[in-house]
Amino acid sequence: MDVETEIHCDLAVIGAGMAGMAASLFAANRGIDTVQIGIASQIIFSSGLLDLLAVHPVEEGRTWDNPWEALDRLSGDLPDHPYSRIKKSHIRKALSETVVFLADSGLAYQVNEERNSHVITSLGTRKQTYYVPRTMWNGVQALHEKKPGLIIDIRGLRGFSARQITETLKPVWPGVRHERIEFPDMRSVQEMYTEPMARSLAVPENRKKLADIIRPLIKDARIVGVPAILGMQDSQDVQQDLEDMIGVPLFEIPTMPPSIPGLRIRETFEMKLPEKGVRLKYRNRVSRISKNNDEFLLEVGNDAPVSRIHARGVILATGRFLGKGLYADRKTIREPLLDLPVYQPGVRPEWHRFDFMDPRGHLINQAGLEIDNRFRPLDGSGKPADDNLFAAGSILAHQDWMRMKCGSGLAIATAYAAVNAFLKTTSKNG
Amino acid sequence: MDSFQTQVLVIGGGITGAGIARDLSLRGVNCIIAERYDINAGASGANHGLLHSGARYVSNDATAAEECRREGELLKKLACDCIEDTGGLFVAIQGDDENFVADFPHLCAQSGIDAQAVSIEEARELEPVLSDRLVAAYKVPDASVDPFKLTLDNFHQARSLGSTLLRHSEVTGFEIDAQRIVRTKLKNLLTGEDFFIEAELVVNASGAWAKEIAALAGCSINLLYSKGSLLVTHNRVTRKVINRLRPSSNADILVPGGTVSILGTTSVRIDTLDAIFPTVKEIDFILEEGASMIPALEKARSIRAYSGVRPLLGSQSTGDDRNVSRGFALLDHAENDLDNFVTITGGKLTTYRLMAEKVADLVCGRMGISAPCLTRTEALPSGAGAKWTKPGLAPKMWVKHHDPDDTLLCECEMVPKSVVDSLIDSIHLQNGKPDLKALGVRSRIGKGACQGTFCALRTGAYLYDTGEMENDEGLGSIRAFISERWRGIRPLLWDTPLIQAELQEAIYCGMFGLEIHDRQ
Repeated sequence: MDVETEIHCDLAVIGAGMAGMAASLFAANRGIDTVQIGIASQIIFSSGLLDLLAVHPVEEGRTWDNPWEALDRLSGDLPDHPYSRIKKSHIRKALSETVVFLADSGLAYQVNEERNSHVITSLGTRKQTYYVPRTMWNGVQALHEKKPGLIIDIRGLRGFSARQITETLKPVWPGVRHERIEFPDMRSVQEMYTEPMARSLAVPENRKKLADIIRPLIKDARIVGVPAILGMQDSQDVQQDLEDMIGVPLFEIPTMPPSIPGLRIRETFEMKLPEKGVRLKYRNRVSRISKNNDEFLLEVGNDAPVSRIHARGVILATGRFLGKGLYADRKTIREPLLDLPVYQPGVRPEWHRFDFMDPRGHLINQAGLEIDNRFRPLDGSGKPADDNLFAAGSILAHQDWMRMKCGSGLAIATAYAAVNAFLKTTSKNG
Repeated sequence: MDSFQTQVLVIGGGITGAGIARDLSLRGVNCIIAERYDINAGASGANHGLLHSGARYVSNDATAAEECRREGELLKKLACDCIEDTGGLFVAIQGDDENFVADFPHLCAQSGIDAQAVSIEEARELEPVLSDRLVAAYKVPDASVDPFKLTLDNFHQARSLGSTLLRHSEVTGFEIDAQRIVRTKLKNLLTGEDFFIEAELVVNASGAWAKEIAALAGCSINLLYSKGSLLVTHNRVTRKVINRLRPSSNADILVPGGTVSILGTTSVRIDTLDAIFPTVKEIDFILEEGASMIPALEKARSIRAYSGVRPLLGSQSTGDDRNVSRGFALLDHAENDLDNFVTITGGKLTTYRLMAEKVADLVCGRMGISAPCLTRTEALPSGAGAKWTKPGLAPKMWVKHHDPDDTLLCECEMVPKSVVDSLIDSIHLQNGKPDLKALGVRSRIGKGACQGTFCALRTGAYLYDTGEMENDEGLGSIRAFISERWRGIRPLLWDTPLIQAELQEAIYCGMFGLEIHDRQ
């Protein structure tokens, strides 16, 4: 075979979603020589919010103000849920290590004294989450205090209507108006996209122009909400600068995905992980894995020449169907890379409910890899498939992150558990 | 309580009701059409979109075959904007009944249908996706028809002549006195308000619901229901309509329409009209059967499925429901001592005009009106707001006449703001509210690869921008729209459509929390 490069490492992290990114971060912070492979496409669907847990039990639609209390209840109710395999103190450490890293990289997060916060969405709904990006934090407080507010949208930015948001929020935040603006210097552009706007605000002159457009619209408003376009990695500077010029606090409202807050997270990991020594292979997927002696061999890319990665351990963080960590044909759900057994609920007619919004959630969302307490996927006989193979993130069975609002928290906490399990294994063997 | 007067009340906003309203309006008769939901909510909106040459019926129903042939020829001339004259093929594959194949050309000739034998090589040249197990092929003059545009155009002309379409208006009862319906009681389902319509004559054109409506007037009809499910493919699979040359069975017709193809159907007897949606089992069955004629269907991406109900008159209902007469029934309830009430049911999309003519003849005879039927000779004009249902049309128009400010709200099917604007106008003219479902019925919004995930958000936001929506009604509208689409997507969730469904749930539930919004 035509091989371009041979790479040797301790740990190969497969997947470039939130779980893969977090696993690489934790591994790098612990001095593990790490290679991460995957296509970072799914993470940009993130809204930038770091959910921990807001709904449990799903079928009752019970929402929790305090996610830590919800976690206690969950681990009693659902022993197979991945959260139930992790100590609360470890979940806490995993989250704070991630948030510290993001803050050091320019993406500050805020939390409401261990409680969930309500973030305004572009549909005008209020989404419960745990860690809130600094850029959205003023909105959380404004919604709470019900100050006179103004929400602004941008001509040409589809799927974001300030009028829709204010109309929908009226019962909980009556004192909020809406206005539409023209984004500076983009008068000739008809279909506006968030990324060019966010990047243009790196230029101070553009910020000034935007502030000049917003300022006369403020009137009695004490706070202004805008679509999430306040810069990229420089969002804190952009926000501060604009607030100084318009004289009132600003907050971002996440737009339809892919949105800027998701993109910021991706760019941050892509930029900072290599500085920590992680070798990234973000343009390719792993096409095959085999094991020789005590070493995994990963072939990366489909066309020759391929890269070959030799690793002592592997963390599988390939996601669900969207991330291609799971695949379904008309009859069964498979894990395509290693053909690990996949827990699945019955036959296809049982995978999905008749009603999309069925409060119980769809059974297929419980499908995934079953693991032991050290986050090792199980083989057909119920034993770990390999001592040094771990799994993290949404590929894990017995969780419904979309309904429980626990996506990022689950990704981060299980990545933490998987990296620690790998460390334990290697320290024992080495 | 509001009360309206009209000459004829037509119950049912499907193609039959639309055809009757147009026919009567052209004869100078004023109508109100009352529809419980929206246009084509029943079988008119859930069929193949096939303009039958009649060849499908030559072996078991020569009358229906000839009706189809005559009406098909007529509509190709008079409603050409609604029709794509694709032509059709009947093909047999190894193992199909040889006697049936041998009789086919002869039976077609008897019904005056132009069926031409083509060689296997020629058939596979015409349609390269056909199975290599082909043993016989005939060309027939089948075509595909857009049932939504056809209904909208009929209503459009009826409206321009003074008739009125009331959507979201459910008939709840009749006041009867001296063998006549004096008033019909209705409920506006948007507001919950009751109102009355006084009409000289009431026509029950409610399709599968005809039995229930008739029962409200104390008349009994012995109607049976046969559900048929169909599957829409992501791409157009063939140029022509493809029929399996065998007695009617599952999944033996593939009809192209614009940029997609429709495969079906099944035939399942059902007892009630409550839950009409396709099941996983039906869809798997359709695909496996269809693949024996066209192997590529096995791997083709499907984007949605739907089900319709064939109303069958009880006396016709022995054996396979598809083999009973697909003719229509015009019931004059004068026989039940109700002098101003008629029911029309059964029939096919292809013969809708003839059904309307027969109804209008009866109605006019009863009312002493001698005006002749004009729909047999006058072309059906194309109405504004009635042209955006055809797959692939909006993109063509958008590319041709693109105003730079006219951005796309639906990217999969390329539906721009201007199309939505014109639909909003037309919905207002039909006494309706332009919500997402109403726009979906009248356009390709939500019918593309994203299954409505993104276009529902963009279009919802646009409806607020244009002032069509207030308060939080956008959330309800999106929920209703997504739920409606879900019914048709649910049986198809494997491979790529499953990935799309996961993305949709990640956005609507994971990110927006729409499923628990009202509980916070």
